[in-house]
Amino acid sequence: MNAHEALQTPPEVHAVFKDVHLRFGVHGLEEVRPDQAYVRVERDDAVTLLTHLQAIHGYTHLAFFTAVDRIEDGVFELLYLVHNYHLRHDLGVIVEVPREGDGCTMDTVHHLWPAAATYQREMREMFGVAFPGCPRVEENFALEGWDELPPMRRDFDTREYSERVYYARPGRKTHDTREHMKEKIYPSEAETW
Amino acid sequence: MADTTITRIYAEKGAPGAAAVANPDPRTIDPIDRVESGDVQTVEGQLRIFTQELRLANEGLAPEDRRNFCDHPPEVIKPFRGFWEKFLNWARSESLWILGFGTGCGAIELRPLMTSRFDMYRYGIQPRPTPRQSCVFVIGGYASVKTMKRIVPSYEQMQGPKFVLGLGSCTINGGMYWDSYNTVNRLDHYIPVDVYIAGCMPRPESLLAGFMELKRMIKAGECEGANKYAENFEWYKANQKRIIKDWNMPDYNW
Repeated sequence: MNAHEALQTPPEVHAVFKDVHLRFGVHGLEEVRPDQAYVRVERDDAVTLLTHLQAIHGYTHLAFFTAVDRIEDGVFELLYLVHNYHLRHDLGVIVEVPREGDGCTMDTVHHLWPAAATYQREMREMFGVAFPGCPRVEENFALEGWDELPPMRRDFDTREYSERVYYARPGRKTHDTREHMKEKIYPSEAETW
Repeated sequence: MADTTITRIYAEKGAPGAAAVANPDPRTIDPIDRVESGDVQTVEGQLRIFTQELRLANEGLAPEDRRNFCDHPPEVIKPFRGFWEKFLNWARSESLWILGFGTGCGAIELRPLMTSRFDMYRYGIQPRPTPRQSCVFVIGGYASVKTMKRIVPSYEQMQGPKFVLGLGSCTINGGMYWDSYNTVNRLDHYIPVDVYIAGCMPRPESLLAGFMELKRMIKAGECEGANKYAENFEWYKANQKRIIKDWNMPDYNW
């Protein structure tokens, strides 16, 4: 494939979009690059869609699986990025799950990609999204013995936690970078700023 | 596993005796068995074990594992007086074996220090693979709670006299991770630190300067970190347990 071809979205991709739109109600298509696009799907259809993409359309590689905390809308956006080696195309599947309560749960995909179990384990620890049925999901990932709000949620105040738990050394100062550089590093050039 | 074998041997040895004679005299009960009596589950029991019997409760361990680990807190070993201690300090300062354990990103600066350009071997400094062979612990930058759980037993396993170099700003006040949920701010609240080397990262020259300062302090008899740890053992242990919430190791790893 030469550089010119790489700039075009492969025509097969549009057939895939049309197919999954009709079958699974996929919406919100966003083509950010010729080789990368994002779609949105309802939570209940997500695993069916991913199974279909993997088995029929050749999106066989799970590049990553992560969460974005949209606290203003009260949802977590879960993003599955799958890759098709044949078409050289990345497809991001975005699913919204509620942030709070019993609804903060998602079906596991470890049967499609065994590595997804690790992503899900991390997401349970860092965001508090439950993945029932996923192997080892309750085990510690990076944190050990954490008993507070999951730390990657945006309503977790990391500075307050740090001040409460760790012993801050007094006398710490924070400089405004621009002013500090004016004063200390380039004093002769300061008037030209 | 070895642990279960030992437990089984103890059980086989203890069971017939306990069944045959009821022994009311507490002095003849094996002190190892007294730990098992349920006192460790209560705060009062732990306090009594620590203050009256001068033993560690090891309440983080499973009851069947407690007898396999040390329950004595560290002891202060007073330095000799006069010329002999000066000679020992000179010898200690000229042969610094560092624990090769990269606890943070600053450990990357130890590689150029070892190799030909900066060549720390000419100062009698060399890395060792295990804590038991080392006398200098270089904390390579930020220490997270998870690393702290490994740093503490490693430090405790080192033989005294032992010295700690805090490398980088993170060990001093948290550095760029000062407000992180997972990075400790002051290393000296968890283990005693002899020399801090500021910088993010400090260059190998700074490290060498830190080692020279450490040598000077050892020769002057100022590096009493191991004794400081033994004297303030309860304070250090309370600080450590405050952040390491799933404490599942002995209270003193010797």
